[in-house]
Amino acid sequence: MNYAVLVPMIVFLLIIFFIGYWASRKLSASSNFISDYFLGGRELGGFVLAMTMVATYGSASSFLGGPGTAYTMGFGWVLLAMSQVVTGYFVLMILGKKYAIMARRYKAVTMIDFLKSRYDSTAVVLLSALSIIIFLFSAMAAQWIGGARLVESLTGLSYNSALFLFAASVLVYVTIGGFRAVALTDAVQGAVMLIGTLVLLIAVIIAGGGIPNIVNDLINENPNLVTPYGASGDLSAAYVSSFWILVGVGVVGLPQIAVRAMSYKNSRSMHRALIIGTIVTGFIMLNMHLIGVFARPVLPGIEIGDKVIPLIALETLPPWVAGIVLAAPMAAIMSTVDSLLLLVSSSIVKDVYLNYIKPDATIKTIKRVSFGVTGILGIIVFLLALDPPDLLIFLNLFAFGGLEAAFIWPIVLGLYWKWGNKYGAIASMATGILSYIGLHFYNLENGNLFGVHTVTLPVLLSLVAFIAFSLLIGRKAYNYNVR
Amino acid sequence: MEETDWRFKIAHREARIGVGLALFNFVWWFGFAYGMGSRPVEEYSYVFGLPDWFFYSCVVGFLVIAVLVIVIVKFFFVEVPFEEEEDSQ
Repeated sequence: MNYAVLVPMIVFLLIIFFIGYWASRKLSASSNFISDYFLGGRELGGFVLAMTMVATYGSASSFLGGPGTAYTMGFGWVLLAMSQVVTGYFVLMILGKKYAIMARRYKAVTMIDFLKSRYDSTAVVLLSALSIIIFLFSAMAAQWIGGARLVESLTGLSYNSALFLFAASVLVYVTIGGFRAVALTDAVQGAVMLIGTLVLLIAVIIAGGGIPNIVNDLINENPNLVTPYGASGDLSAAYVSSFWILVGVGVVGLPQIAVRAMSYKNSRSMHRALIIGTIVTGFIMLNMHLIGVFARPVLPGIEIGDKVIPLIALETLPPWVAGIVLAAPMAAIMSTVDSLLLLVSSSIVKDVYLNYIKPDATIKTIKRVSFGVTGILGIIVFLLALDPPDLLIFLNLFAFGGLEAAFIWPIVLGLYWKWGNKYGAIASMATGILSYIGLHFYNLENGNLFGVHTVTLPVLLSLVAFIAFSLLIGRKAYNYNVR
Repeated sequence: MEETDWRFKIAHREARIGVGLALFNFVWWFGFAYGMGSRPVEEYSYVFGLPDWFFYSCVVGFLVIAVLVIVIVKFFFVEVPFEEEEDSQ
């Protein structure tokens, strides 16, 4: 058991608990439970908004997988990772004020509420609720597994106890505190991520004898490591550029991000969040992936990518500092998981239960159902993560790109294109998800079609489907000014 | 034809700025990375120890975008109320 690492982590978890508890006190005094529980009462300020977007978006892949790949691929992968800077401003600028105004007018609490009012269609609601529940549930489970493995490798606890520790802490604060607890803990977790990456980057540069020295070592080992083309020279410009869709502009279509774009208090919060979000995203992504590359000469021969960050932290820092720094990837995983848990819960409670099963539920019932569904979902994920079924791992493959291809056009064009209608939205979602799954298998067999990431074509196809079906069936201009 | 909500005109303009900024960001990122990075490694020069293409594309590129976001938000974005004027409490 590694106590020097375990103690800072437990302190970190206690702080997170305390914030969740505080948020739940505020929740019990609330007059509008649904809006408060699932959207924090639309009162996020600029800093918390920026941090919760960055932290929700930055998951296990940006803190463990990404740097691990950079370790293998060199600077080319850092270049790829930097396509994510665009998410810092793009989501808020594109959805922007119009989304905030329309969401308030529609009294929308979830992204699906927005689609429901815009397209006035049960099919759109059920289709989107279903894809969110299925795909994000799997994504969430995969993140829990990642979180538990991290705790396991750092502390020496068994996988099951690590999973329990991780699950229990997330579950308690999300269930009792709702969105406000998630956003506030995200802000703390984001700050931990920011400081942790900076400390670790400096430690790695010192351990490597300065940047020029490290880069020299890389060139001596394999000159390709300092080119944009990856260690074996096969990272093409087209492939790397297509990540601008997957992890850049396409993020607009992710429900867990889009819901945050309706949660802020006023224009001023949004403006501050744009600036803070861009700087924090760029800073974290650049640091994290540079750490991955720089770790290579310092600690050569690491086989498993996910272990690069934990190993390099334990190598270059005193154990208790490593404990604090390694709270960063854990924070990243927790802050993603908590948002997904609440989002899946809101899809069930708000979008399905309140819309179609029991529209006249009393406040007391809604409260009971909200806490109940969130808690039970968490327990199901926990049980599944103890021994993850193959289906779950399989569905998780489509969670990110599939949801982007499904939702990007119904949201963006629903907001800005008056001819968009429910037929376009349904066609776009179906085309996006099905073509994504189909192309995934095609690419596995034959290599990437046109040399770009799987997400590219489905996003284009769903655009074509949206426009074609909107114009061909039931063409009617939507009036955004109607009260 | 009903008059477009004045706030939407502002919102539309800001969304167009967002698209423009993303395009500029992409061109800068791509241009330096593959324009300078395609040379043989022996011809690279190094800024603060980093390969020049990477420094200009990712480090300077990030700083330029951060400054642009600040300037755009401070000078071109307009604060509008989100609540409806008539029925706000």
